[in-house]
Amino acid sequence: MSGLQLQDLYQGFREPQTIRVLAEKIRQASSSLKAPLHIMEVCGGHTHTIMKYGLNQILPDNIEFIHGPGCPVCIMPKERIDHAISLAQMENTILLTLGDMIRVPGSKSSLAKQRALGCDIRALNSPLDAIQIARENPDKQVVFFAIGFETTTPMTAAVIQKTIDSGLDNLYFHINHVLVPPAVEVILSDPACRIDALIGPSHVSVISGAKIYLPLAENYEMPVVVSGFEPVDVMQGILMIVEQVLEQRHEVEIQYTRAVSLEGNLKAQQLIDTYLQPRSHFRWRGLGDIAHSALQLKDEYRQLDAEVVFADRLSDEPIDDHKMCICGDILKGLAKPQDCKVFGRGCDPTRPLGSCMVSDEGACNAYYRYAEISLPPSTKQKRASA
Amino acid sequence: MKVVELSHGGGGAETQQLIQQLFYRHFANDVLLKSEDAAVLSLQGQTAFTTDSFTVSPLFFSGGNIGNLAIAGTLNDLSMMGAKPLYLSCAFIIEEGLPFDTLEKVVQSMADELQNSDAKIVCGDTKVVPRGAVDKLFINTSGIGEISTGQIVKPSAHNLQMGDAVIVSGDIGRHGAVVMAERESINLHGDFKSDCQVLWPAVKALLDAGLELHALRDATRGGLAALLNEWANSSEVCIEIEEEKIPVSESVRGLCELLGFEAYDFANEGTFAIALPCSQVEQALQVLSQFDFTQKAAVIGKVTDFQAGLVVLQTPWGSQRVLELPKGELLPRIC
Repeated sequence: MSGLQLQDLYQGFREPQTIRVLAEKIRQASSSLKAPLHIMEVCGGHTHTIMKYGLNQILPDNIEFIHGPGCPVCIMPKERIDHAISLAQMENTILLTLGDMIRVPGSKSSLAKQRALGCDIRALNSPLDAIQIARENPDKQVVFFAIGFETTTPMTAAVIQKTIDSGLDNLYFHINHVLVPPAVEVILSDPACRIDALIGPSHVSVISGAKIYLPLAENYEMPVVVSGFEPVDVMQGILMIVEQVLEQRHEVEIQYTRAVSLEGNLKAQQLIDTYLQPRSHFRWRGLGDIAHSALQLKDEYRQLDAEVVFADRLSDEPIDDHKMCICGDILKGLAKPQDCKVFGRGCDPTRPLGSCMVSDEGACNAYYRYAEISLPPSTKQKRASA
Repeated sequence: MKVVELSHGGGGAETQQLIQQLFYRHFANDVLLKSEDAAVLSLQGQTAFTTDSFTVSPLFFSGGNIGNLAIAGTLNDLSMMGAKPLYLSCAFIIEEGLPFDTLEKVVQSMADELQNSDAKIVCGDTKVVPRGAVDKLFINTSGIGEISTGQIVKPSAHNLQMGDAVIVSGDIGRHGAVVMAERESINLHGDFKSDCQVLWPAVKALLDAGLELHALRDATRGGLAALLNEWANSSEVCIEIEEEKIPVSESVRGLCELLGFEAYDFANEGTFAIALPCSQVEQALQVLSQFDFTQKAAVIGKVTDFQAGLVVLQTPWGSQRVLELPKGELLPRIC
């Protein structure tokens, strides 16, 4: 990466004038829309961008966002979090996972609480650190609780490959990698679904290609734009969607041409296919059981699979969310966070009742953190023209 | 290698040796060397008094160590009240087995940092605890500062006035970002140092210039986000911030981009905010331009009556959002 500075990767994509021009173009184009346009941003990262940069405030009223199921922490059912806790509680064990998985409450506890009680639980910055930790602790069993969509799966596959190649015998994997298309399909096939178009996350398609949306675009006659995460990316993606709707097209288009192709990263796909295979079904928090919507280790690597090796400690009994929690409806786009009776009252980022409040990328967390300010009409007008 | 042993905290000959050969050597002054049970001080007028405990892992980081922090932190708390730092207490809780060299380096840094003010360490305490009871070394410092009798201005978090400008003294988030990067072994290139710094010289210059400093606060734990929220709450005003005006170094921004953090949630140890009348902004910036550590001072926003108790961030493209208090543990994002 010589010569390339980090700022090159985002500068220009937050340029105020470009954002204003895109907002104006969207406003002009959308005035010809015959009906309100409901766009689902599949990924929590997009929800975060939209709320953090206030993009929803500068878009016309006939464009509405529906916040999709694409936050790997948010869709993790409680029984799987309980798995992580049970594994962490084993004698002589180090449990590794990523980011804010540490905070998520299971049925009775969370990894953060278990860590406070003395379990050795570590959040990794890079999954490959798991190898080093397993090497440095040969007398302990190390379990990697792997989570994420297609984006993070190749990293897990690379760790599995390294584990096998280096002959490490104390590193185990609890695989929770989930897949975007089956979950979106479930949402779109619901008769109550109000979604007219999709924004697909660029990082998923860097790996899997834009091709994964082709069946959805065709079967549901729906425009899909694979877009980056910077504000200019999202605004351009929205403009591309509005143009598709006006021209009555329903295609898969790539906004994030910087790194996404139709086919994706074939080497990464191959690496995943070498070690992982689809599960018969996976229970998504809020969405329920979805066939072939997640991955698991292939049978020939059972000796590495924490779900097999420690099966006697793990229960698959489904555990539902708190009765008041409407995360399921929010994930399906049937409700907004503020429609929930406990939003900001019984449930906030320090005491999340439901999954959408836990992760920075959950819809409720983003709404809570970046709450839109209710402006009196005169102020709003004044501010918009200022 | 010479290490600190439990006997060094036992109160006997080894303790005396540690005090004489290390602490007295570096911190020497008349009051301390009297070796009484308590320091006897003469104070005039109003007195500011503060305490803080310091725990940081790693003990040494780019731009400082726990020793610099323990001095700068307490001196800065006094400075933020407009009080001239005079006297400090200093208590060490040491894990047995800490290399003597490490302790000496920390003590040396404390002595060096003290040179940035007229303050002295006048009393102290040393405890040595068994392995595992603390993480290497904890330090507590308490400080006393004098508010000059001639000084009319008494900066307070409750004293923000409508129309005040808000200035931040430098680029934000460096201390928190450096410590996180070093703890997580993330190597970033470039000039990436904690902002750890005694702020009294800059505060003294602002006071001497006769500026009406309505509020001063250093943006320590919780970062700029916590500071602004505390002010908005205490003074029951709205603080409107123009996001693009907040100075952030490329390294800190880079770490935030990589891991999904916000620079205004990261701790600072030598960066403070000022609220003062708009008409005095130019003069304040001119005063701050005299010091190396406030070269990047910038006006970032103003106090309004928009929505009391809220901190509002304005984006350059006309949207706005609430800047919340940071919550929970800072954890890197997943993807």
